[in-house]
Amino acid sequence: MTQARQRAHALRDSFVAAGAQAVEPPILQSADLLLDLYGEDIRARAYVTSDALRGEQMLRPDFTVPVVQMHMSNGAEPARYTYAGEVFRRQEEDPDRANEFLQVGYEVFDRTDPAAADAEVFALIADAISTLSLRAATGDIGVLMAAVDGLDTSERRKAALRRHIWRPRRFRALLDRFSGRSDVPETRAALLAGEAQTDAPLTGLRSQAEIDARIAALHADAAEPHLSGAQMDSLDALLNVRETLPFALAQMHTLCVDLPAIRPAVKRVDARAEALSARGVDVDNLEFEASFGRTSMEYYDGFVFGFYAEQRPDLPPIASGGRYDALTRRLGSGQEIPAVGAVIRPGLLVELEATP
Amino acid sequence: MIKLGVPSKGRLMEKTFQWFEKRGITLSRTGSDREYAGAVDGIDGVSLVLLSAGETPRELAAGRIHLGVTGTDLIHEKLPLWEQQVEPMAEMGFGHADLVLAVPQGWIDVDLTDDLDAAAAAFRGTHGFRLRIATKYHRLVRDFLREAGVADYALVDSQGATEGTVANETAEAIADITSSGETLRANHLKILSDGLILASQATLWRSRVAEVTDADRAVLATLLDRLGAD
Repeated sequence: MTQARQRAHALRDSFVAAGAQAVEPPILQSADLLLDLYGEDIRARAYVTSDALRGEQMLRPDFTVPVVQMHMSNGAEPARYTYAGEVFRRQEEDPDRANEFLQVGYEVFDRTDPAAADAEVFALIADAISTLSLRAATGDIGVLMAAVDGLDTSERRKAALRRHIWRPRRFRALLDRFSGRSDVPETRAALLAGEAQTDAPLTGLRSQAEIDARIAALHADAAEPHLSGAQMDSLDALLNVRETLPFALAQMHTLCVDLPAIRPAVKRVDARAEALSARGVDVDNLEFEASFGRTSMEYYDGFVFGFYAEQRPDLPPIASGGRYDALTRRLGSGQEIPAVGAVIRPGLLVELEATP
Repeated sequence: MIKLGVPSKGRLMEKTFQWFEKRGITLSRTGSDREYAGAVDGIDGVSLVLLSAGETPRELAAGRIHLGVTGTDLIHEKLPLWEQQVEPMAEMGFGHADLVLAVPQGWIDVDLTDDLDAAAAAFRGTHGFRLRIATKYHRLVRDFLREAGVADYALVDSQGATEGTVANETAEAIADITSSGETLRANHLKILSDGLILASQATLWRSRVAEVTDADRAVLATLLDRLGAD
């Protein structure tokens, strides 16, 4: 047995000792489900295979989705799970990145005290990798979502922004448009002026009614006032928060004056800071970055964190995790439960420990 | 021996032969019309390998040929990190084809990828599945759409007659190679204003991984010099 695998099993055993139930989800996952969750981009990250009976299958790119599925279909509450095994990631850009590696995870499904559950997962992972001195980064996608929800603008614009929270460039382009900072494209202006015409017959499944509905939506959008400069400034200030946790909290509390909608989410960060502190985490020196986690997996919607080896910027995070309440809703067919979890890569752990 | 891979048939083969001929190197097919064997006159130490243009990227990347003629589109689609495996030596000025994103002309509300993204979001809400884009260039199209920030689409594989998929309702949009746009127009499709994914043309590529002896190196240098591609 390799060192990495021994380490993986030891970590899983320690999580079992901490109260988790060990589970072994299958390697082959339904491609339909993963495609539905992540969209076409998952094909660039996961290996696809198929057979005539079950159709397309994917080699699991992570454990979270199958663990959530399993819990939502027959899990008792509250529940804590752990697992250790390979995940598979297709690599098209960097030949030095592993396409198959071990992950050990810890996932908590518990509705009693989300802040305590966040702290429990973070502290457990921090403790498991304490042999190394890694830089911890934290954030909270929930604060950003609350800021978008609270904007003084139409529900349609908010929905568009929410949809692109995980695509920072596109999100920025939308903000620029809604605030009038970017020009209306020429063809859009022509369309709004009623100058876009065609003699061509309409082909395909997308109907004339759908086209008319979008044109109506564009007219409504054009008639809407711009997002105010003050709101944009507050949002920018929020996106730029990057401080140790106490200072970040102070900044976000100040921002609550102009963005009152974020207050409940900021209070959750307060509660988490207390819970982390109670678990012995040095919150005074813990980094908080409001934009952290925006380019990672789309399912995180609250607390997010990662542990990085500063002397090895070429490596992905050694451990990472977050809260994914919305994912339980998506997979729960009517049910939902607050959930938070994290994974460690024992292979990287062993590699870094061997480096003097 | 330097191995030169060229398209094995059709206009692409003829144009390639003409391009070399103009530079004093005569390529020809030998034997019967059906036999894929060829000869090189005008320089010693070079042998001809007749290949399908689609296989040329793989042969270059494997180092089984030293030089090869194929389109930019095929190199980019089939070889991730292509810069590390092959080097473009000369753009040959023919076989122009653009990989473009096209939607029905009737979609007067969609002109930019930005519009496509909004239409895709609404489409998914209405139909319960993602807006389908038919293509055979999966990697290029996916990378392009990720860069453009388009979500809620699905690629469906189409190895031929891709322009027909929209009317057949097996896809809502397509990404395909076009040279004049005529087939697109005939199928009532239009190219998005910012929908150029890749401008491709026939190109002479050098494999960075094929083994070369000292003698080969000299032949290669002479050949590339004659072709004006060094």
